[in-house]
Amino acid sequence: MTKVSAWLSLSVALGLLVLGAASGEAKTFRWANDGDPTTMDPHARSDGFVTSFDMNIYEPLIRRDRNLKLEPALATEWASINPTTWRIKLRQGVKFHDGTPLTVEDVVFSIQRARDAGADATSQLAPVKEVKPIDDRTIDFISDGPVPILPNYLVSAAIMSKAWCDAHNTTSAANHEGIENYATRNANGTGPFILKDRQPGVRTTLVRNPDWWGIKDQPIDPDEIVFTRIDNAATRVAALLSGELDMVYNVPPQDIERIRKTAGFKIWQAPELRTIFLGMDQSRDELLESSVKGKNPFKDKRVRQAFYLAVDEDAIASKVMRGLAHPTGLMVGPGVNGYDATLDKRFPYDPRAAKKLLGEAGYPDGFEVGFDCPNDRYVNDQVICQAVVAMLAKIGVKANLLAQTKAKYFGKINAPRFETSFYLLGWTPGPIDALNMLQNLTATRTDTDGIYNNGGYSNPHLDKLIKKIQVELDAEKRNELISEALTIVKDDYVYIPLHQQMVVWASRDNVDLAQYATNDFPWRYVKLK
Amino acid sequence: MVAFTIQRLLQSVLVMLTVALIAFALFNYVGDPISNIVGQDTTLADRDHLRAELGLNDSFIAQFARFVSHAAQGNFGLSYQQARPVSQIILEKMPATLELSFTAALLALIVGVPMGIYAGLHRHSWVSQTMLTVSLIGVSLPTFLIGILLILIFAVVLGWLPSFGRGAVVHIGWWTTGLLTAEGLRAIILPAITLALFQMTLIMRLVRAEMIEVLRTDYIKFARARGLTSRAINFGHALKNTLVPVITITGLQLGSIIAFAVITETVFQWPGMGLMFIQAVSFADIPVMATYLVLVGFFFVVINLVVDLLYYVVDPRLRIEREASANV
Amino acid sequence: MSELTASGTPASVPERPQRWMRFVDSDLLWSFSRSPVTMVAAVIALVIIGAALLTPLIAPQDPYDLASLSLLDATAPPAWLKDGSWNYPLGTDNQGRDVLSAVLYGTRLSLLLGCSAVILSFLLGVTLGLIAGWRGGIVDALIMRVADVQLSFPAILIALLIDGVVRSVLPRQVQTEISLYVTVLAIALSYWVHFARTVRGSTMVERNKEYIQAARVIGVHPARIVVGHLLPNVVGPILVIATINLATAILTEATLSFLGVGLPPTEPSLGTLIRIGNDYLLSGDWWISIFPGIALALLILSVNLLGDWLRDAFNPKLR
Repeated sequence: MTKVSAWLSLSVALGLLVLGAASGEAKTFRWANDGDPTTMDPHARSDGFVTSFDMNIYEPLIRRDRNLKLEPALATEWASINPTTWRIKLRQGVKFHDGTPLTVEDVVFSIQRARDAGADATSQLAPVKEVKPIDDRTIDFISDGPVPILPNYLVSAAIMSKAWCDAHNTTSAANHEGIENYATRNANGTGPFILKDRQPGVRTTLVRNPDWWGIKDQPIDPDEIVFTRIDNAATRVAALLSGELDMVYNVPPQDIERIRKTAGFKIWQAPELRTIFLGMDQSRDELLESSVKGKNPFKDKRVRQAFYLAVDEDAIASKVMRGLAHPTGLMVGPGVNGYDATLDKRFPYDPRAAKKLLGEAGYPDGFEVGFDCPNDRYVNDQVICQAVVAMLAKIGVKANLLAQTKAKYFGKINAPRFETSFYLLGWTPGPIDALNMLQNLTATRTDTDGIYNNGGYSNPHLDKLIKKIQVELDAEKRNELISEALTIVKDDYVYIPLHQQMVVWASRDNVDLAQYATNDFPWRYVKLK
Repeated sequence: MVAFTIQRLLQSVLVMLTVALIAFALFNYVGDPISNIVGQDTTLADRDHLRAELGLNDSFIAQFARFVSHAAQGNFGLSYQQARPVSQIILEKMPATLELSFTAALLALIVGVPMGIYAGLHRHSWVSQTMLTVSLIGVSLPTFLIGILLILIFAVVLGWLPSFGRGAVVHIGWWTTGLLTAEGLRAIILPAITLALFQMTLIMRLVRAEMIEVLRTDYIKFARARGLTSRAINFGHALKNTLVPVITITGLQLGSIIAFAVITETVFQWPGMGLMFIQAVSFADIPVMATYLVLVGFFFVVINLVVDLLYYVVDPRLRIEREASANV
Repeated sequence: MSELTASGTPASVPERPQRWMRFVDSDLLWSFSRSPVTMVAAVIALVIIGAALLTPLIAPQDPYDLASLSLLDATAPPAWLKDGSWNYPLGTDNQGRDVLSAVLYGTRLSLLLGCSAVILSFLLGVTLGLIAGWRGGIVDALIMRVADVQLSFPAILIALLIDGVVRSVLPRQVQTEISLYVTVLAIALSYWVHFARTVRGSTMVERNKEYIQAARVIGVHPARIVVGHLLPNVVGPILVIATINLATAILTEATLSFLGVGLPPTEPSLGTLIRIGNDYLLSGDWWISIFPGIALALLILSVNLLGDWLRDAFNPKLR
C-alpha cells in the first residue's frame, strides 16, 4: 500500500518536474547570502537581513529610494500638522496578494501588531501614542512630544492584512507554547513579490506579483526569485563562479579581485552606513581584564588617545579590507543624516606620539588588556582585531585577543553584563540619523539610552545636547546640534572609529540592480539582460 | 539475548540523558541567544522579558529538567532561530544527512573492498603498495580542505558538478530524496566522495588485513590441498569470511560518518542535520543543539546494538575479538 | 586485533649490549630494511621532528612576536613568483606572517599537541585497561560501560563537548593561554577508550598464562606483576594504536579549529593555518593554506606509514 502511494507520488513529482522544465523560458534570478530570512513575519524580528528580505513581500507606508531618500510607498503623502501629530494619506486601490483591498484598518492593526509584545520593532515606534483613522484614506500618528524623524521610523513598519491575520490566528508576532506562528512560513503582503515556496534554511522561492500597484512605473523583470543560504564564504563565491548563481553577497574582500578578473562577472560596491570602531571600558574603577590593578587606565584620556594614534587604520583599510573601507574619523558615515564631512578626518597614525602619551599617563612600558572581538559578524572582523593586536604591541601594549562567535561575543560585551575592557563593534543607525548613534552609544546608560554604551562613558553636557536633538524640529538647527555632539565624541576619544566597510555584492555581467548603503536588497530593481 | 537487548536499550536512555545533561551544562558557554533573537534597538526591559519567557534565567539543572520532561512527551520546543518546532526541523533535515551518509558508506564499500581484496591477494606487488600509500594521502588532509579543493576543481574550473546544496528533491511522504533526479544525483557526488574518503581507506586496509589473515587459516590450506582453483578459494571462501567483519565495521563507522557529515555539510551547504547543528551553534539555538546531540547519541546506540546483535546471529565467538579491531 | 601480542622480547633483559644486539637482530629492523616506503617515511618523520625541535633556531621570523609583524607585507606570494621576495621564502599570510616560519612553528605545535594528547590518552587508557582486565568483576564492568557510552559518540563531538565544558568552567582571562591544554585534554579524553579496550583484552588473555600464575604463586606484588610482566607483553598492539592515534589527534585538532574551537589564530597550529588559508584559496593566495597542508599531509602520512610498518612487524603471522 505504502509502496504504491510512494510510486504514485514519485511519478506525479517526476511529471511536475517535466512540466516545470517544459514551461522553460521563465526568467529566474538565483542569489545567495550567508544568512537566512529566518521568518517571513515582518514584525517578528528587527534583524537587518530578515527585514530587507521580507520587505519585498510586504511594504511599509514610506520607503527609501536607491539614494536612501524617503519616498511614498503605501502612503502617498505625509506631513507634520502640529508638533505632536503626523498625518498620512493612504494609497488607494492597493490589493494584498490574496486579493483583499488595503484599508486604514489594516494600517492601524499593523502598527499595533508591530508594537506588540512578541514583535521586535517596538522601541522605534514607542513614542507613537495613538494611531487614529480620520477617514477612509487618512491616518494620524499622535505622540506625547515632538518626534521629528517619525517618517524614518515608519520605513521599517510593514503593513499586513487584518483579515488574513485574524483568519490565521496570527494577530500577534509572538509564539505561544511551542506552536509555530502561521506568519512564520506564510506571507500575504502588498509587495512586488509573492512567496511561493519556503524551505527554511535551504531555499525560498518567490514569484512576481503581476497586480502590484507600482508595476506601471517600475516593471518587474524577474519572473521568479530563488534564494539560497550558503554559510561558507568560499562555497558561496565558488557557486557564483561556477554559474549556479546570478548574485551573491557578502563577498569576502580577498575574493573580490578574483571575481572582478573573471570574465562574465562584476563587483558592486558602495560605502555602507555601518561604522566599525573600538570601544574601551571607562566606567569601572579597575578593568576586568588587565595587568593594571587598582585603577582604570582608560579613564585617562591620554591612554585612549594613545590607543587611537597607535592604530594604523590606513594599513587595515588597504591590506585587511583590500581598499574596501572608508577610514573614518566619525562615528557615523556619509549618507547618515547629521554626518559632517569637515569632522570626518582621522587623527593621523603616530606610534611615537602614542608611546609618549602612554609614558605621560604613567605606563611607559605599556600594560596588558583583554581584547574582545567577534569572528563571524563583520567583514574580516577577527583579522582586523589581530592587526590591532600587532599594532598595539608596537607601543608596548599586550592585548589578549579573545575572538568568538557573535552569539558568545554579544552575550559577553553587551548589556546587561558589559564584561569587557576593550572591544570591537559595528553600528548602523537604524533610522539613518546620527541621533540613533548618539543615543545608543554615547549617552549615559539608563533604561532607554546608552544601551550599547558598553564602555560606560558618561558626560552630562553631551546628555543634555542629545535631549535637545531629540525634540528639535528645525532641521538646520538640529544638524548644528548634532555636529556639536559629534565633535565632543571625537575630541574626547570616546571611541576609536576605524572605518565604514563597503557593501560588496558580486553578480554575473547580465544583472542590473540597485545597491543600498544599508545593505538592503529590493528586488524590484533587478534586471536580467 | 532479550535481556541483552533490554540492557542496551536502558543504556541508550542513560547515554541520551548524559548527553542532554552535558549539553545543558554547555549552554552557559555557547553564548546569549537573546542578542541574536532581538534587533539592536530592542529595549533592555524587552530583552529581560524575553529572557525570562524562554527560561534562560533558570539554572542549567532546571532547564535540563524542563527539556527532558517536555522531550519525554515528544515536544522538543521551538527553535529560537526559526520559531518552528524543533522536531519538524529535524524531520526535514534528516533525509539529507542519512542519504549522504549512506551514499558515502556505499561508495566506501564499493571502492574500498575490491582495492582491499587486490592488496590482500597481491601483498608485495607495487600496485598494492602504491594503493596503500596513496590512499593514506587522502586521509592526511583535513576534510574541509579536501572539500574546498574538490569544489575548486570540479565546480569552478571544470564546471562539471554543482558546488552546493542537494539539487532538486522529490517528496515521498515526509521523506525527501535527491537520488531520483539527475540534478540531485550530480549534487551528491562531491560531498559523498569527501565524506567517503576516510572510510574508503579504512575499509581497504581492513579488507586487506582480513584477507591476509584468512588466507593463512587451515581450511584455506585444506582447500588448496584439495586442488580447488585459486579463484574459487579467493572469492568463494576467503572473501566470504572477510566480509562479515568488514560489513559490521562499516556499520559501526556509519555513526562517525554521520558525525563527520557536520564538516562536509558545512563546506557543501548540504541541507542536513550537521549544517543545522553548526547554524544552531552560531545562533546559540539551544533547543536545536540539545535535540541534535541527543538524537546522535540515540543513533549511535542503535547502530551499536544492531551490530552487536548481528554478532550474536553470525558468530558468538566473534564478539570479543572484533571489539578490538573496531578501534583501528 | 587482539591476537597481535608482542613478538618475542620477554620481560627482563639484564645487560645493555645484549639488548642492543637483540634489537639489531630483531624482526623490527629486518622488516624495516625490507620496506623502502617505510624508510622514506622514517626519513621524512625525522626531518619533520628535527625541524620542529630546532624551529626557534631555523625559523626566519618569530610568528608569536606580534610586534615584528607588518600588515603592509600581508599576502605576499612565495619568493619564486612575481612580487615575491626572499625575505619570505614561502610568502606571507593575511597578517604579514612569514608562512615558512608559521609552518615550522605550527608543525612544532601540532606535534606537541598530538604527542601530548596521545601520551595522556595512552596513560589513562592503559591504566584503566590494566585495572579492568586484571581486577575484572564490577570494576571491569564499570570502566567498560563508561567506555561503551563514550564509544557511542564520535570523537570529534566528544572533543567539542569537553572543550566547551572546560572552557565554561575556567575564567575567561586565561582562556587563550590555556587553549593548548584544553585542546590536548579534549582530544586525549576522546581517544583513551581504544587503548583501554585493547589492553584489557590482552590482559585478560595474559592473566591466565603460566608465567603470570607462577609469579603470583611465588608472591610477587600484583603491581609488580602488572608493570613488570604484563605490560611489556601487551605493548605491541598499543604502540600501533598510539601511532595511528597520533595522526588522528593532529587531524582532530585541525577539524576542531575549522569549527572555531582549538588553538587561537595568534599562535596557530598547522590546522589553524590551513583553516585561515582556506578563506584565501579562491582569491588565488593559495600558499597560505597549501604549504601548511603539505606539511600536515607529510607529517600524517609518515606517521601512518610507520604505524603500518609497526603493525606488520608486531604481527608474527604476517611475515
